[in-house]
Amino acid sequence: MLRYSLKRLASAVPTLFLLITVAFFLIRIAPGGPFDSERALPAEIEANLAAKYHLDEPLVMQYGRYIWQIVRLDFGPSFHYLDWTVNDLIIQGAPVSFTLGILALIMALVVGIPIGVWAAWRQNRPSDYTVMGVAMIGISIPNFVLAPLLILLFAITLGWLPAGGWEYSFSRMVLPVITLALPMIAYVARITRGSMIEVLHSSFIRTARAKGLPEKEVLINHALKPALLPVISYLGPAAAAILTGSVVVERIFTIPGIGSYFVQGALNRDYTLVMGVVILYGILIIVFNFLVDLLYAWLDPRIRYDDLESES
Amino acid sequence: MSEATRDAFEQAMDRRVIRGRSLYVDAWHRLLKNKAAVAALVVLAIMIIMVIVGPMLSDWDHEIPDWDHYSTPPSLETGHLFGTDALGRDLFVRTMIGGQISLLVGLVATLVSLVIGISYGAVAGYFGGRVDNIMMRFVDGIYAMPFMFFVIVLMVIFGRNIFLIFVAIGAVNWLDMARIVRGQTLSLKNKDFVEAARACGATEMQIIRRHIVPNLLGVVIVYVTLTIPQVILVESFLSFLGLGVQEPLTSWGALVNEGAQELETAPWSLLFPASFLALTLFAFNFLGDGLRDALDPKDRF
Repeated sequence: MLRYSLKRLASAVPTLFLLITVAFFLIRIAPGGPFDSERALPAEIEANLAAKYHLDEPLVMQYGRYIWQIVRLDFGPSFHYLDWTVNDLIIQGAPVSFTLGILALIMALVVGIPIGVWAAWRQNRPSDYTVMGVAMIGISIPNFVLAPLLILLFAITLGWLPAGGWEYSFSRMVLPVITLALPMIAYVARITRGSMIEVLHSSFIRTARAKGLPEKEVLINHALKPALLPVISYLGPAAAAILTGSVVVERIFTIPGIGSYFVQGALNRDYTLVMGVVILYGILIIVFNFLVDLLYAWLDPRIRYDDLESES
Repeated sequence: MSEATRDAFEQAMDRRVIRGRSLYVDAWHRLLKNKAAVAALVVLAIMIIMVIVGPMLSDWDHEIPDWDHYSTPPSLETGHLFGTDALGRDLFVRTMIGGQISLLVGLVATLVSLVIGISYGAVAGYFGGRVDNIMMRFVDGIYAMPFMFFVIVLMVIFGRNIFLIFVAIGAVNWLDMARIVRGQTLSLKNKDFVEAARACGATEMQIIRRHIVPNLLGVVIVYVTLTIPQVILVESFLSFLGLGVQEPLTSWGALVNEGAQELETAPWSLLFPASFLALTLFAFNFLGDGLRDALDPKDRF
């Protein structure tokens, strides 16, 4: 397993390198620069700024400089938030975004799995159809529609919760977390139901039932574990969904996380900030996929690390 | 071969064509039995007709404000069935125009990803071996990257041109399609009929075009139905962030964005576009599910 882990982590390096390279040149192609403003700056000031941030060098030189910085884990100064380094901005924003994301993920699993198991157990009965219909609504309502609706209901009409702002308190976190979690709950429930139905049709479940085990034990002790495998593999895409979701949620609820830096950074041509966030996201997705694979192998002993290796 | 035998032979061939019940006819019948899928189909048909015909029937224009009514709630008296927005524009017409754009983006961008994905996946799967390995490593590499980042950067680079939205979304969205098509192709290419075609002297490209791609159709149809709502969602997301279509044109996402800002004073400006968007996504998802069940009989219990 250690050998496999090391190999996987080593294979992440070229991926990350590709990501950095593509992102670096893509954002530089974009017309406009970080110091463009309504009023043209005097030429000398512009030259000085360019010199300070090394924008006057050839692109390849800048690229090399950037890679060298990244290797030393230095994301450089922000071009827009003067006096801030990208490291500072990320250290400030990341814990907020991560808290939201992790809470939403936990909520999705804790709520989604039991719903899926229940629906599978009641397959093709009215309660199954109802639950799955509701889940489909959950998938179909985009989070930027859901969030204003939740605000309209709970903050404006009922006045129970604040409409936005951020602190580490239940009342401020509940709406953003629900917004992030609801579509995921729906996905998890659907996936769990599907795989659970498949497992419930397999012969070892028939054996368990033939032995006279109580239905609850059959469902939880025998069927659930193999049925969770597809849910585990959904966690990879789920992590990506949280990341994009955070862009919307942080904007609507005015939360100072890294998702909000992302779009603003791209619009401001804040090269270093955008790069920093992209690299962070890339690392997160890679790490998440790696953890998912490990978990997968742990849950299903038939999968050997050799298989994973030859696949990846 | 005498004239008579040839006639008999042709007749027999004709009859076989008529009698044959293809997989797709079967699937179509199964689909019609699925009430949710049929309902989704009807909703989508109505939605498309409404979005096209609606603006023609209305007295108002999506650009020109009604100077007498700013932010008025829906009412029959003023003639603004969905109310007006803060600039006095009729929301019914704007919702319909927005729907045209959203659906158009959904269809065209899906088509773009379809063409790229099928060709890429079919070639990788068919040639296999090292070609496949390199091509799929490339897909894996892109896969590990934050998808939204690319769309956003492409939008920033190309400016907010609607045609570039199609291309940007489609160009990023083909990865799943390529993977699915590759997997199918891998299993198809070892089938006997491909061997037969090769024995007849068909070229590689002919085999891919005439034998592999048509057989991928089932999977592709399902996937397309599920991709369209995703793409509509991405476009709405971009418009919501202010990166999508630009005024005076609009899309459901842009309308939801405007509506969300006037949430307290004019909730109808959020509710109408939001429910049209959600209903459409809902219908596409249900249709996709129904199609999957219909085309993949082994999943039915």
